[in-house]
Amino acid sequence: MAINPGTGSNGVSGTTSNGKPARKRSVIGKAQTKIDTRDKVRGITKYTDDMVFPRMLYAKLFRSTVPHARIKSIDISAAEKYPGVKAVLTGHALPVAFGIMPVAQDEHVLAYEKVRMVGDAIAAVAATSEEAADEAVQLIKVEYELLPSIGSIQEALDNPDTQIHSTSENGNIHRSIAYEFGDVEAGFAEADHVREDFFFYEGNTHLALEEHSSIGIWSADQKLTLHSSTQNPHYLHRTLAKVLEIDQARVRVIAAPCGGGFGGKCDPFNHEIAVCKLSMMTGRPVKITLTREEVFYCHRGRHPVLMSMKIGYKNDGSITAFHNRTVADGGAYGGHGPASMLYTGVLQTTTYKMPRYKFQGARVNTNKAPCGPKRGHGTPQPRFGQEVQLDKIATHLGLDPAEYRKSLLVEPHSLTANWLPIATIGLKKCIDKVVEGSGWKQRRGNLPHGKGLGIACSAYMTGAGTAIYWNAMPHSGVQIKLDRSGCVAVFCGVTDIGQGSNSMLAYIAAEIFGIDPFDIRVVSSDTDITPVDLGSYSSRVTLMAGNACVQAAERAKAIIVEAVAPKLEVPAERIVFEGRRVFDEEDPNKGMTFAEAVILAETQFGTLGTTGSYKPPKWPGKYRGAGVGPAPTYSYCASVVETDVNPHTGIVSVPRIWIAHDGGTSINPTLVMGQVEGSVYMGLSETLFEEMTYRGNRNVVHKFPSFLEYKSHTSNDMPDIITYLLEDPEPNGPFGAKEAGQGPLLPIPPAVANSIFNAVGVRVDEIPITPDKVLRAIRAKAKGQEGRVGPMRFPEVPYPDPIVVATPDDRDHVVATGKEPVGATK
Amino acid sequence: MPRAVTPKAAKPKKNTKRSPKRPNEKVHLQFTVNGELAEVAFLPHHTLLEVLREDMGLTGTKHGCELGECGACTVIVDGKPVLSCLMLALHAEGREIETIEGMADANGVLHPLQEAFAELGAAQCGYCTPGVLLSAKKLLDHTPRPSLIQIKEALAGNICRCTGYIKIYEAVELAAARAAGEKAEPRKESVYGY
Repeated sequence: MAINPGTGSNGVSGTTSNGKPARKRSVIGKAQTKIDTRDKVRGITKYTDDMVFPRMLYAKLFRSTVPHARIKSIDISAAEKYPGVKAVLTGHALPVAFGIMPVAQDEHVLAYEKVRMVGDAIAAVAATSEEAADEAVQLIKVEYELLPSIGSIQEALDNPDTQIHSTSENGNIHRSIAYEFGDVEAGFAEADHVREDFFFYEGNTHLALEEHSSIGIWSADQKLTLHSSTQNPHYLHRTLAKVLEIDQARVRVIAAPCGGGFGGKCDPFNHEIAVCKLSMMTGRPVKITLTREEVFYCHRGRHPVLMSMKIGYKNDGSITAFHNRTVADGGAYGGHGPASMLYTGVLQTTTYKMPRYKFQGARVNTNKAPCGPKRGHGTPQPRFGQEVQLDKIATHLGLDPAEYRKSLLVEPHSLTANWLPIATIGLKKCIDKVVEGSGWKQRRGNLPHGKGLGIACSAYMTGAGTAIYWNAMPHSGVQIKLDRSGCVAVFCGVTDIGQGSNSMLAYIAAEIFGIDPFDIRVVSSDTDITPVDLGSYSSRVTLMAGNACVQAAERAKAIIVEAVAPKLEVPAERIVFEGRRVFDEEDPNKGMTFAEAVILAETQFGTLGTTGSYKPPKWPGKYRGAGVGPAPTYSYCASVVETDVNPHTGIVSVPRIWIAHDGGTSINPTLVMGQVEGSVYMGLSETLFEEMTYRGNRNVVHKFPSFLEYKSHTSNDMPDIITYLLEDPEPNGPFGAKEAGQGPLLPIPPAVANSIFNAVGVRVDEIPITPDKVLRAIRAKAKGQEGRVGPMRFPEVPYPDPIVVATPDDRDHVVATGKEPVGATK
Repeated sequence: MPRAVTPKAAKPKKNTKRSPKRPNEKVHLQFTVNGELAEVAFLPHHTLLEVLREDMGLTGTKHGCELGECGACTVIVDGKPVLSCLMLALHAEGREIETIEGMADANGVLHPLQEAFAELGAAQCGYCTPGVLLSAKKLLDHTPRPSLIQIKEALAGNICRCTGYIKIYEAVELAAARAAGEKAEPRKESVYGY
């Protein structure tokens, strides 16, 4: 079903509002330095742990050493008496439960009834030095009544009576969902072939270099300030007010420059709330900085997901129906889990034509560190399965996997079976780029045994279409202040986690005002000072804050034009802002400096300031849960991975990766390149190395909560990356931009798996792809068995009855014929 | 690659209290930091990382593990890259230490590596950057025109989670070319793609 292209804003089309050709851009699209990076390379940037306040105390947490137990008693008496200790806090003082999603309020700052994982915090100590706090924590005694523990998806399903959370839907199933869009069984009946594959994707973590750090400061006038390494100051602000039971108006969260996020600093964390409470108890600033081991317990990383994908297809490869079942291991707490679970299914329709789609998803609790959003949030797992399965179909039908994918692509400006609005899609061009660049046609099939090429594609949201809590307010706001100095200050709640969102705002404002990005002061991520932006997640910032910035800057520009045009005696539409000047387009000498233009406007209108905001449109899907999945637009990627597989050791090396990204117009291509390369790196590292694994089933301890043993790629392991940026403008994005930070991770795991198949003819349907698995598959194949390693079965999951939703095509059918399609209800 | 330092006999200075009687009694000693003589009092079990950051306010040196695993705390001691989280500050006595704060020249002009890192976006979140820059500087001090393999090897002890290392290699190559007097600019492919 076709929908209208987005109405979009700002400078995307080739003409200006008065119909004249657009002037050449001076900032947008140019490779340049970030506005804050010179401080970073000088070591001047102050991250949270670099900050010190007078009389500051240091906090440490007592953490559980058992995975699942009732707390019988907590003895803090010795800790309280320890020299230097100023306060000891236990969970009884903070009984209000929290969690980032309104539907998953299952966390407490400090456990006082039950612990649910090794690493659960039970008590917090504030002392005059970090060492004193640490020593005092070791004096705390907790008596436990041990409970059986749950260490895997299967155990969670098998032991509903050992319930980790009494608030779960059903036993240890935290949340589950089922949808059927169109009659899937009819689709399978129409197919020439039906196949079902099982996949598993192990959990992994963000491993941001900066360990989480927070400083809570309670003031004598009953106001709270929290400095923290967070990606989402806004949601944290709300959580602090709720748990500490103070007015939101008295809470201020300042997100410090963040030393890496990747989704790992999105949730409000117990330590962030604990330092605030300790500061309220002592009247002194309280800092906590986690150790690396504690960061592993915070986790909130990739969910382990077991998947079953059943697909019906015709002899030409076209898909008739798709049935996707997932079950995710959520760990001990909810967090973003309900959304993560939905993301293991909802975006499966955004790439390839899929007329009927059924999705059943569940998330179980286990006694492990809680999972959550890591780059790609819930989608790399099913993307891996889907892209590997397509490769198997191509093999089955004797089709070229690249050409095959091109034949399946969704149409631009269409609706998917589950009502997601596709805007622009540049995926065909992306496939062509990587096919050409990699020499796919000449090389694939002609490489020696052990060398292979594999392809995979992906799509990702440019901004989640709905806020985490229900509200009808803007998702992002910008205020711009200008004054006689010529300085432009841009205020916005966005949080720069290194991706360059502050610079993005400066580039946009600089382009509109015709000044240099370094002329602009960006003030960000301070809930007292900056307008609300929901946070640095879901690849939303450039599109949403960028559009808000365009609106605020255009409004300010209009005010200046109103003052300047009569002064110059030039019609308003001829006024141009460029090169730090404001002048007549037809007579560039007739004009003034930008600062003089601001003075004129300030003289005429008084103090100058404008605002802009962005709110996503209403989404076409009207069923329950339809808010997860839609986005103003989707980015697209295609990647070809070259592998070199040693058939004797199973070791896979990757010499080269080609990736093409449809991210719309690059605001700053250097930063887009950085996001693409960083995503490829992170995807490759989790494909070959990274895994969060735990010892034993009943004694659930993380195997290696350390940088050294949680293996990730170093500079020595990185392949060459050949990146193509498409640069086709997206009308819904600011100056045509889409996202870049997450989508490019997604094609890497399946492209590696497909490349290994091309190299040695075996399938590893499981991530990470470690040498032992490759070798097992090679040996099995040599014995005449199926050359495959991966899950052999999918468990019985008590999914709910599906919510049956007619697809947009079904609806069209109803309109055309007056007859209800089979299986369609509201 | 930065390594744990082997303690070597320090040259004792006058007034240096090297053997405190109580564990919480501070020692008092001198070393050179970024070309300036520093005199510091600190607890004897504190690492160089802690003394630099907490006693001297030089917070440009970062920590990601405090176990010698991530490379974020790399500083240069007597010309060698060292993991400051694994070196007791006591062992710094009489030595010359260079931190990120001392990398720009005396007029505040950035080192070619710093400028190239800024230009190419080789610093994203910026947290590993001080350590990476010092490892890279050490490489260029010894090997002015390193090969890609030499760059990869030299930086293999500094973990970066943002960049995928690609921009870092390119920045080191760019800085090396400029330091050799070439008028090098970033390759078009590295900032705009192929």
